[in-house]
Amino acid sequence: MVLIYSNNKKLTLEMIAKGRELADEQDGEVIVAMIDEKDENLANEYISHGADKVFLVESGVENFKAEEYTDIMANMVNDVESGPVLIGSNKYGKELASRLAAKLSTGCVIDCTDIYMEDGELTVERMVYNGNAISVERFSGRPGIITVPSKLFDPLKKDEGRSGEVIEKSYDVSSSYSNIAGIEEMPSEGVDVEAANIIVSCGRGFKNREDLHLAEELADALKGKVIGCSRPISADLKWLSEDHWIGLSGHKVKPSLYFAIGISGQIQHIAGIRDSGIIVAINKDPNALIFDSADYGIVGDLYEVLPKLTDAIKKEMD
Amino acid sequence: MNIIVCAKQVVDVREIKIDKQTNKPILKGIGKTISDIDKNAVEEAIKLKEENKDTKVTVLSVAPFDAREQVKELLAMGADEAVLVSPPEEFDYNTVSTLLAKAIEKIGDYDLILCGEASVDLFSGQMGPRIAGLLDIPQITYARAMSIEGDKVRAERDLTDKAVKMESTFPVLITVTKEINKPRLPSLMGILGAASKPIIEWDGSDLLEERMEPGIKSVDLRGVSMERKNVVYGEDPEEGVRKLVISLGKEGLLG
Ligand SMILES: Cc1cc2nc3c(=O)[nH]c(=O)nc-3n(C[C@H](O)[C@H](O)[C@H](O)COP(=O)(O)OP(=O)(O)OC[C@H]3O[C@@H](n4cnc5c(N)ncnc54)[C@H](O)[C@@H]3O)c2cc1C
Ligand SMILES: Nc1ncnc2c1ncn2[C@@H]1O[C@H](COP(=O)(O)O)[C@@H](O)[C@H]1O
Repeated sequence: MVLIYSNNKKLTLEMIAKGRELADEQDGEVIVAMIDEKDENLANEYISHGADKVFLVESGVENFKAEEYTDIMANMVNDVESGPVLIGSNKYGKELASRLAAKLSTGCVIDCTDIYMEDGELTVERMVYNGNAISVERFSGRPGIITVPSKLFDPLKKDEGRSGEVIEKSYDVSSSYSNIAGIEEMPSEGVDVEAANIIVSCGRGFKNREDLHLAEELADALKGKVIGCSRPISADLKWLSEDHWIGLSGHKVKPSLYFAIGISGQIQHIAGIRDSGIIVAINKDPNALIFDSADYGIVGDLYEVLPKLTDAIKKEMD
Repeated sequence: MNIIVCAKQVVDVREIKIDKQTNKPILKGIGKTISDIDKNAVEEAIKLKEENKDTKVTVLSVAPFDAREQVKELLAMGADEAVLVSPPEEFDYNTVSTLLAKAIEKIGDYDLILCGEASVDLFSGQMGPRIAGLLDIPQITYARAMSIEGDKVRAERDLTDKAVKMESTFPVLITVTKEINKPRLPSLMGILGAASKPIIEWDGSDLLEERMEPGIKSVDLRGVSMERKNVVYGEDPEEGVRKLVISLGKEGLLG
C-alpha cells in the first residue's frame, strides 16, 4: 500500500507514477489522498494515471494547517495500514511530512532524489552537505515517509480504461490553537528556471533593482530570456519573485549555460547549479569563490562588462 | 517568559572536500560550527528578551559534549543557559527529535521554542515540526518576521506562493528563516560574561524510557565532485569579453 498526498496536481501525478512502481513490487495499491478538494473529475484523472483508490477527505478547516492535516494523514495511514507515504515536497508538504513522521514515530526523508526497493527494503537517495554528497538511506519499519520534489518522475500515460474507486472519507481532527490572521498571494512572474536552457543569474553585485535590465539584455541577446538570482535578491531585497531564486533553498537548475553575475559563489548558491553545463562568472573580486565553481570567468565590474558582453554576443549570434 | 532555542552543531560545509580515491566526502578533521540559521533563531530570542522583561533564553542541543565550545558563542551573544544532550551511538531524526522533546519537557515551563528553518548540513527542516508534533503544540514554520503582543505571538510565514500571517497562544514552536534578522557578533563583554553561564550536560540515554532503533539507516555516502575548467580572464574587460565569446562559440553555445 502506497499513500500519496500533495496539494499540487502535477506533483501528485508524478508521485503516482513512482507509487505505482513501488506498489506493483509488493502487489499493493496506490491510494491518493485529496484533502479539501471536492473534485471527482480530478480524482478520476488520478485513477486514469495509475491510482487504485482516491480518498476524498473534508478537513472541516478553512485553510491548510500542518497540525490538522497531520491528524487526517495519521488516521489515514492507520486506516489503510499504509506502507510508504509519498508527500509532495513544497513547504506545505515538508512540514506536514515531518510532523506526521513524529506522530507515527517513523523515519522521514525530505527531498529525495530517487526511491527504489533494494534487498526488499524501501531505499531512498538524497543530497547532503550542500550537494557535495549523495546519501543512500534505508527504511526499516513501516510506514516510512518521503517528500518528493517536482519533476523527479514522469507521470504515467493516461489510460481511460483504468478503473478504481473514489471514496469519501472523514477523520477526526483536533483543531490547532494557532490562528491564520491573513493570507496574501506572493508575486510570481511565472518563470520556470528549472526548465530553462540558458540562465542569466544576478546577485548582490547589482546595486539597484533597475540595473537588472543589464542582465535581461544579456539574456535576450542569448535568446535565453530566463533570469535567475541568489537568495538575497529575492528573499531580502525582493527585487525578483521567488520563482527566480536558485540554490540549496531555492530551485535546482540544469541549463546548458549558466551566467553568475555579481554572485559570490557561496556553497549554498552552488548547490543549486551543480548540474549546469557551462558556468560563466562575472565578478569584480579576483578571489571570489565563484571562480572555483566556474568554467569561464571575467574579473571585472559588471556595469562595464555586461554591456560589452551583450554587444559582442549579439554580433556573434547574427 | 521562557524561550528555548534548538541549535545544531554541524560540520563547516564550506570545508568539505571529496576524497578522489574513495569518492567519499572527507568529514574528519573539519571545523564545526553552529548551523547558520540557528544563530538567527538565537538572535530573535535575544531580541525578544530585550523587549520583554523576565525572559530567559535557553539553548538546547543534541550533540556530543565537545559542542561546548560552539554553544559558548551563543551564550556570548546573550543566551542565558545551555543544555547539551548526548546522543546514542546510532540515531536518526526520530531519535534526536525525541531527545529534544524529552529535554524540553525536562526543562519544563516553556512558552516559545525556536528552531532554524533547516540545518545547513542536511537541510531537511524536519526537526522543528517533529518536536512540535511530539509536544503536541502548534507549529509556525518559515517565519520571516515575528513579535510578541501580550499573551500571543504573531508571525509572518513565507510559503513561496503565499505570505501567511499567523497568531498563536503559548506554547508554540516557530522555525525562522535567514531573513528574519542579522545575528549579532558577540561583544567582548558578552564573551567574558559567557564564561560564567551554565552549560548543563544530560546523558541522552537517561531521557529515553527505552533504547530507540533508528527507523532509517544510511547505507552509503557518495561524494559528488564538480570539476570545472576554471579559465579566468583577468586582463582588461574588453579582452576578457572577446575571449569569453570565442570560448562560448567553441563550446557550441552561441546559436
Ligand atoms: C541554510 C542556507 C541556505 C541558503 N540558501 C541559498 C540559496 O538557495 N541560494 C543562494 O543564492 N543563497 C543561499 N544562501 C545564502 C548564501 O550563503 C549567500 O549568502 C548568498 O548566496 C550570497 O548572495 P550573493 O552572492 O548575491 O551576494 P554576496 O555574497 O554579497 O556577493 C556579491 C558579489 O558581487 C560582487 N560584486 C560586487 N559589486 C560588483 C560589481 N560592480 N561587478 C561585479 N561584481 C560585483 C562581489 O565581489 C561579491 O562576490 C543560503 C544560506 C544558508 C545559511
Ligand atoms: N541535534 C540538534 N540539536 C538541537 N537542535 C537541532 C538539532 N538538529 C536540528 N535541530 C534544529 O532543527 C532545525 C532544523 O534542522 P533539520 O531538520 O536538520 O534541517 C535546526 O535549524 C535546529 O534548530
